[in-house]
Amino acid sequence: MIVYDFLYNIVFNITQSAVAGDITAMVISAALPLLFLVLPFAILAVWLERKVSAHMQDRLGPMRTGSHGWLQTIADVIKLLQKEDIVANDNDRPLFNLAPILVFSGSYLVFAALPFSSAYIGSNIDLGIIFIIAASGFVVAGILMAGWSSNNKYSLLGAMRSAAQIVSYEIPTILVILTIIMITGTTNLRTLSEMQTGYFWNWMIFGGAGLSLSKFLFIPFMIIGFVTLYISTLAEVNRTPFDIPEAESELVSGYHTEYSGMKFAMFFMAEYANMFAVSAIVSAIFFGGYQSPFGYLGNTLGLTWMVPIEQFLWFASKGIFFVLVQMWLRWTLPRLRVDQLMALCWKYLIPIAFVNLIIVGLITVL
Amino acid sequence: MKEYFQNIWYGFSTIMIGMRVTFKHLFVPAVTIQYPNVKLKLPERERNRLYVNMNDCIGCDQCARACPVSCISIETVKSIPGEDLGKTSNGKKKALWVTKFDIDIAKCCFCQLCVFPCPTECIYMTDVYEYAEFERSSLVYNYVTLTPAEIEAKKTNYAKLEAEKAAQKAAGAPPVKPAEKEENKQ
Amino acid sequence: MAIKTEEMVLNMGPQHPSTHGVLRLELILEGEIIQKVTPHIGYLHRCFEKHCEAMTYPQIIPYTDRMDYLAAMYNEFGYVIGVEKLLGIQVPERVEYIRVIMGELQRIASHLVAIGTYGADIGAMTPFLFAFRDREVILNLFEITCGARMLYNYIWVGGLSHDLHPDFVRLTREFITYFRPKIVEMNELLTTNRIFIERTANVGILPLETAINFGITGPMLRGSGFKWDLRKDDTYSVYNRFDFNIPIGEGKVGTVGDCWDRYYVRILEMGESLRLIEQALDQLPEGNVTSAIPKRIKPPVGSVYTRVENPRGELGYFIISNGTTSPFRVKVRGPSFVNLGIMDVLCKNHMVADVIAILGSVDIVLGEVDR
Repeated sequence: MIVYDFLYNIVFNITQSAVAGDITAMVISAALPLLFLVLPFAILAVWLERKVSAHMQDRLGPMRTGSHGWLQTIADVIKLLQKEDIVANDNDRPLFNLAPILVFSGSYLVFAALPFSSAYIGSNIDLGIIFIIAASGFVVAGILMAGWSSNNKYSLLGAMRSAAQIVSYEIPTILVILTIIMITGTTNLRTLSEMQTGYFWNWMIFGGAGLSLSKFLFIPFMIIGFVTLYISTLAEVNRTPFDIPEAESELVSGYHTEYSGMKFAMFFMAEYANMFAVSAIVSAIFFGGYQSPFGYLGNTLGLTWMVPIEQFLWFASKGIFFVLVQMWLRWTLPRLRVDQLMALCWKYLIPIAFVNLIIVGLITVL
Repeated sequence: MKEYFQNIWYGFSTIMIGMRVTFKHLFVPAVTIQYPNVKLKLPERERNRLYVNMNDCIGCDQCARACPVSCISIETVKSIPGEDLGKTSNGKKKALWVTKFDIDIAKCCFCQLCVFPCPTECIYMTDVYEYAEFERSSLVYNYVTLTPAEIEAKKTNYAKLEAEKAAQKAAGAPPVKPAEKEENKQ
Repeated sequence: MAIKTEEMVLNMGPQHPSTHGVLRLELILEGEIIQKVTPHIGYLHRCFEKHCEAMTYPQIIPYTDRMDYLAAMYNEFGYVIGVEKLLGIQVPERVEYIRVIMGELQRIASHLVAIGTYGADIGAMTPFLFAFRDREVILNLFEITCGARMLYNYIWVGGLSHDLHPDFVRLTREFITYFRPKIVEMNELLTTNRIFIERTANVGILPLETAINFGITGPMLRGSGFKWDLRKDDTYSVYNRFDFNIPIGEGKVGTVGDCWDRYYVRILEMGESLRLIEQALDQLPEGNVTSAIPKRIKPPVGSVYTRVENPRGELGYFIISNGTTSPFRVKVRGPSFVNLGIMDVLCKNHMVADVIAILGSVDIVLGEVDR
């Protein structure tokens, strides 16, 4: 918020126009995560993925470009930029071109409502969580579009699977989020994070702030909720063991089989941006968001300007930690079949999330 | 109901076991190497590119006959009496000029069948494995040490000898003195 | 009122990440449900059998390597036994023992590829790389012995091309101690994993009756619960001197004869092969491995059929000699080719993802299917 006000004041002082100030500040503060978060994070995450997988498999991974290959993804991006953009004759051209943009903007929209620190949140909307769920539903349309317009049977199968998967996994996600909304009474992510301030025992996973009986009763159900949410968000971003839409060994690479060059890179980047987004949501809901678990160095030293920076670092490291767990899972597990995926969702996750919701509701009433 | 929770527990615990295995491997040193910078020491019996030591080759054609893919082609010209072709390292006397000894390494299947019949052990497999070329024709290795002019000379000499022999046979005359000698190998 | 829908024809392969080479499967789909699978082969046909008619007996050995390139040692083994039978020669004891050691090492290497690629087919990449890491150790053993890593031309008619390397016995024992824990690790990582079991158990069930009718052999037949192993049931070389079990599918997590059983039989067989190698190393006699190699291989007129237990099943060679240095005809009965024939039966009414699981459990090598 500080960022927005800061920009607004600068523009307002120059132009003396509230509208101009508002628009400029909004555009710039919305573009900030794209430039300083999504792109660098995608580059970092791709490199991390390669290194993590390599070391888990007793390999070295990229080693040549830069120290331990950290420039490898940048080199890959440059390569992808140079590549020919192939559009086959039978592709549905407008949809084919639109799909990657839609997928990417869908995953980028989520970043608008993420509370990066107390000083910066792209858009501090009161319906933060609901907005994120709605925006990530956008991705489905893009994926379906990509699968359909590619005019490829494999792509179509992948897109169909993906749509079914994302739509059904939104239900347990929402159910778990609903339990949190029930406890905290807010859908604003910033308020939610502020509620978990102080030390780590104030995090939602440990029952939230306060010291009542209900706090301790919450703990097991919060853990169940966290696991359910983590699994279902994993499925929403199409990661192993739920990477069925792009199941490499069955569908070649699913809905983006026909894409090349920068369009492919957009799908790719959207995937990694999504990974961070869902990890950030999980950490914002259960692990205190941008709150430090031990208090702030800035407060101890009396340098209050340091606190938002520390908060940002905590937020990023929590997000990256959950991304690393996603990678760890990916390189350990085989993938499920499409009907088993649905069975897992409808027979296990949804009933568990529902029972969890009811129990948490009862405890709240107490 | 019991089965339901058992399923959940079973799924959860086996995933944890699997994750423990992969986590342990994060700290196991890598088994791969950075190939062009680091190279493995190859065992002494390594079978890679063929090499022919022409000093020892007697042109017996046994390797070419053993080859299952016919990647070796040898042509020889008999030496004319009086020519000294030298000896091989294991004491065999050479009697043939090898005018063509081509190995098409692109065809070679690295079976080593050509190596065993060689009486002088002049054809063998080395541990050289980096010999990619831009053109397929450069993979045909030419091992002949004679220059084309020399080859031509050997051929004409032999043809002359043959012709003389035939003429003498026709005339019934005794053989003439050997044809003019030429400097053999360098 | 039911909506009239059309079946979709999906070509899987010849370029596809998990058809194990250049197999083309023509799938007829109803949604994601398989109605019919037609394997189309021949993309890797190299006229092995016709080539043999122009080759001398020793020259055929490198060609046999290239059939089932994951089990090249065993292909040589089978062919060489056939020619030796034709010639009526006895090979020295040491040769037999080394052949068994090499054959069993090759079996482990081949099963490692089967298991690893199966993991990759199901979606787990890490077991795949672990399997290849261990296979590399075996290939190194082959490399110090004969200089080649994949296509060995090591087992010759009447003997071997080289004697064992002086370090071989020590390194092989080291490998055995290294490899036993790796099997346990593989079980932890993949075999008992719930998701893996979900994907493979009760999928592609092959009843014993059908298996026998289709002439299925090897781990596939054993996975269906029939104790049939040529090493015991039609013993050759010195296999009768060793003590080993024949693992069969028991339907531990599903039905007997499902994909998981076929996979698990391979895991168990690796352990048995380790036992065989240990025993063979203990009993390994001294001797000359090249003494019995005939100078000129010119078998008398006649024909012979030999069969050996290739890692994939019964590998048979039918060799007709007309008294010259090259055979009149060599017919190969390849296990992969025969086992592939059952794809349609196994895949019916499964999903697209199951085709991959079933194909992986059949464990074909296209080099041998097409020859």
